[in-house]
Amino acid sequence: MALTALAGSLTLLAQAPSTGGPVYSDSSTNLEKYLVPASGEEAAPDADGFLRRWLLLDPISKPNRSNTVFTDSYLREVFAVPYFRGQLGDVLPKDGSKIKVTVEYQPPVDLSGGRPMWSNEPVVYEKKVRKLQWHAFDSQRFNVKLFRFATNLTEDRYGVIFWAVTVVNCEEDIPNVRLAVGSNSASMWWVNGEEALILSGDRRMVADDGASRRLTLKKGRNVIWGAVINGPGMSDFCARFIDEDGHPVRNITLSTK
Amino acid sequence: MKHHLLLAGLGALIGLSAAAQVGAPYIHDPSTIMECDGKYYTFGTGGGGLISADGWVWNGGAVRPGGGAAPDAIKIGDRYLVGYSSTGGGLGGGHAGRILTMWNKTLDPNSPDFAFSEPVEVAHSEMDEDCDAIDVGFLMDDDGRLFCTYGTYFGNIRMVELDPATGGRLPGNKAVDVAIDCEASTMMYRDGWYYLLGTHGTCCDGVNSTYNIVVGRSRKPTGPFLDNVGRDMLRGGGKMVIAAEERIFGAGHFGRFIVEPGVEKMSLHFEADLDRSGRSVLAIRPILWKDGWPEAGELLKDGNYKILSRRRGYALELAVDFVRAQGGMRFWGRQDEPLVVLEGQKLEDVSADWPEGDIPVRANDYMARPHQKWTIEAVPEAGGYLGGPYYKIVIEGTGRALAAAEGAELVTVPAFTGAPEQLWQIDQLIDGTYRIMPKSIPGCGERLCLYSVADSTPTLSKFDFENDNAKWDLKLH
Repeated sequence: MALTALAGSLTLLAQAPSTGGPVYSDSSTNLEKYLVPASGEEAAPDADGFLRRWLLLDPISKPNRSNTVFTDSYLREVFAVPYFRGQLGDVLPKDGSKIKVTVEYQPPVDLSGGRPMWSNEPVVYEKKVRKLQWHAFDSQRFNVKLFRFATNLTEDRYGVIFWAVTVVNCEEDIPNVRLAVGSNSASMWWVNGEEALILSGDRRMVADDGASRRLTLKKGRNVIWGAVINGPGMSDFCARFIDEDGHPVRNITLSTK
Repeated sequence: MKHHLLLAGLGALIGLSAAAQVGAPYIHDPSTIMECDGKYYTFGTGGGGLISADGWVWNGGAVRPGGGAAPDAIKIGDRYLVGYSSTGGGLGGGHAGRILTMWNKTLDPNSPDFAFSEPVEVAHSEMDEDCDAIDVGFLMDDDGRLFCTYGTYFGNIRMVELDPATGGRLPGNKAVDVAIDCEASTMMYRDGWYYLLGTHGTCCDGVNSTYNIVVGRSRKPTGPFLDNVGRDMLRGGGKMVIAAEERIFGAGHFGRFIVEPGVEKMSLHFEADLDRSGRSVLAIRPILWKDGWPEAGELLKDGNYKILSRRRGYALELAVDFVRAQGGMRFWGRQDEPLVVLEGQKLEDVSADWPEGDIPVRANDYMARPHQKWTIEAVPEAGGYLGGPYYKIVIEGTGRALAAAEGAELVTVPAFTGAPEQLWQIDQLIDGTYRIMPKSIPGCGERLCLYSVADSTPTLSKFDFENDNAKWDLKLH
């Protein structure tokens, strides 16, 4: 499919952080500033190749009071937990579908409470079954602001795991590309069921913070899964494919089916 | 046992002279160092701060009201503008923050003129917007415009413009987002570039803090601030300026201090000093400028050095007889002899013939001879200058010390006594070379530096960064 045919259905590019004039501050935090419902069957990556169409699951409560625990082995352990059917699979959940997950419950953050006085004593969290929903979004920015997804649609904001998935469609095999990701905080990424990248530790979201080994995007559908975990911090991620020269791969389309 | 532990502790304190300031330099989030009436000041989170009479030995005593977090300071005219945030940055709580500024004629709390003006708010953040208004940083550019950055990991780093006459917000000024995922931001201006410094990594986790200082630059104060690979700091970009060292971790809260053209220092904290129970300490490092980017230089480590002039590349040496080393003349003969390892010339091979009294110095091509090898060691008890201790410079393996002499000349004396003319201030310059200055010169009130008046003739003369005669390379041998 020619990319020009998609242009009419894309509304994403104009909202990217400017690399020209001043970016005047804006205090609003409404969801539409960051994410809008996915529109159109397919979307193109933005001018810099960032993947903006994602299917996002409501955050899974996973209390962590510090991000320093996000070691490689910890990430492999928590992301190996089967949270939902089809996790890392080839068939994507449906937009709007809901799942039940047993989580360690955290009460909503009291924003008027100022800085919390945390105890060093271990906290025992009540286990609760929560109903979580999948949402198909187009990001208004190069990055996917998971934090504002959470604060606008859920009670959770810190101590959470986010699952994201998208489909990268290719008209032909595209060899020797890398998945380049930045995330806040730690994350793991899979391409067509294979682990592609892990970003461990207390991460800030930095564009192209880490990249996978060279891989081939095959003709047709390629399923990209990501999981981001955060303790106290503003969760988000950005992802794109880059070629051997570091240039963005743009001859692809994105969908959430 | 306690006695031994105490000694071990003292040993560690002496050993740390090349890593952090001495005295009791305990501080978190230090403001840019200010000089006021011959003393140096920096303020920290929670109120108060440090004072130093020489820039090397720091102790508590600075006074800043208002509490809160992460202040900064700038001198404008004959007054000091001090900024701070009245909040502490909440994670798990709200993010309503206020940046306040206030003036003082002096930073000396014992001065009768010491009085802060009523703080005024110059920026704030709402409870839950993508900004937390703490960690203020000031810049006045060459056009006299005053800028202020603020913010934390919670959202964006923002920049507003202030009125340098009032310290308040410039009327009508709109805040601009300049970076994400930083703390402790501040700006610099140099050669038409605005530099935005920010601290990345984990804060406040002691020896596990991964705090590190990064930079991007822009031709405009409003950005975009791009790093060395063209990445916008609004996309997380940033080129490393300074990170952890061997025994100190968590570099954060950059501040720039221009001593004079060619001599610049950065102030920062290291969140944990292994030699001081992992406490957060003030540190001062040289700023190097490489291809238009700032980097951290190093405090000179104790060691054995050759001292090479930038003028010619000649090595500083004792003016003694050149003694031929073993091996004899060869040219191209005796090729059929078996290979053997020849000994280099040793001190004991030549020193017995050196004069016992004072010996002049000169410069010559380096031949790895004992009279060209110097040991440079910090003298902890001698105090220091901004960011460094005084050093002694002696011929390796001896007590023979380089000293300033009458008439602003140089000499070596048979033994180091600790006299001020034998103490040397060694500053790494912005190009990575060194300025070497005696603490004092007999009969001379000027501050002069080691200087090549001719290729082979070192003397003491005025420092000029643009003049290679005033600069030296120090290379470990």
